[in-house]
Amino acid sequence: MNPSLAKTRIAPRLRGLCAAAALLGAAVAAPASAKPPLKIELTLQGHRFSPSTIQVPSGTPVELSIRNLDPMPEEFDSTALKIEQVIPGGMSATVRLRPLAPGRFPFMGEYHADTAQGVVISR
Amino acid sequence: MLATFLIVLREAIEAGMIVGIVLAATRGVPRRGRWITLGVTCGAAGACVVAAFAGRIAVLFDGAGQELFNSAVLMLAVVMLAWHNMWMASHGRAMARDMRRLGAQVGAGERAPAALAVVCAAALLREGSEVALFLYGVAAGGGVTAPGMLAGGVLGLLGGAALAALMYHGLLRIPAHRLFTVTSGLITLLAAGLASQAVDFVQQAGYFEVGTSTLWNSSWLLSDDSLAGRMVHSLVGYTARPSAAQLAVYVATLGCIVGLTRWLRRSGAVSGAAGG
Repeated sequence: MNPSLAKTRIAPRLRGLCAAAALLGAAVAAPASAKPPLKIELTLQGHRFSPSTIQVPSGTPVELSIRNLDPMPEEFDSTALKIEQVIPGGMSATVRLRPLAPGRFPFMGEYHADTAQGVVISR
Repeated sequence: MLATFLIVLREAIEAGMIVGIVLAATRGVPRRGRWITLGVTCGAAGACVVAAFAGRIAVLFDGAGQELFNSAVLMLAVVMLAWHNMWMASHGRAMARDMRRLGAQVGAGERAPAALAVVCAAALLREGSEVALFLYGVAAGGGVTAPGMLAGGVLGLLGGAALAALMYHGLLRIPAHRLFTVTSGLITLLAAGLASQAVDFVQQAGYFEVGTSTLWNSSWLLSDDSLAGRMVHSLVGYTARPSAAQLAVYVATLGCIVGLTRWLRRSGAVSGAAGG
């Protein structure tokens, strides 16, 4: 088969790819969310979250600012919230919660799951 | 000790499975042992470096450094897996022909194992940094339980290595002429799963907030937290609560890799027929 035939077959695919890439770029550049996130502060001390129960309005993005006062790292882990984030000892981290449907969303510190437990309640 | 073992094992599952699949996929490729050892060693060393600088990575990009770093590592692995499958599709036929003709495994080149070495490094880098941080925390905490906990951690790592060996030897039971078809399929699913994890990390970081709604919740059937859930997650990208964006990226990655490899194989067959 001659190469020009192969080329004509590629061209539409390439054009499709370019269009998809452009769409993706536009989506990334678009402002993330209209609502400003609600900021909530948490501390982690003695492998316990405080507060360990967090009430949030549903459908609003939330930013948790977590200060790890322990000398050891901890991993903020929640399959319900789909978050996995390491917070080194003595440091702070920002955990962004996407707008939630009403419900209970448990989270934990994976490295000390026996004590580091908490829940986000969205209503 | 058991708790530590389970935490480390959970983190090591994905890396173990990926290394096992990569070993099987490169069966018969010259110098693959050296490449994969290099990838695993660099990944493990990189994981320790990342763990040491975790605090500094976390504060980058307005506090989203960790998520973006994770998704970048995952995307690198996806690209390398896709590239490997395409390389196999365009060279596999020629490789098989050479192997038949010369009766030896020559002419395979070194580029395919190089790409997969990067995949191994990426897998160890991502999960390994969490293990390193955790074990560092255990050691720093000291106390009477620390030695037992560290032993549990080491056992967890060995568990991950055992899983890699099981995966590899399990795959080798497949007849040689079908092995590459199976490993190509596994690599495609692996790439799609990693791509959907990558988009999740990007969204955790607060970017690309399109299709964030959860499509379903099958955690009653298979939870992400269970060992079985973790294995299926590593192997085919299962998650109990996928977002629309994750599913879209998963399907798109599958489609791209399958489409491109088919197309390359077909044009390879054409040029092979014309040339040989």
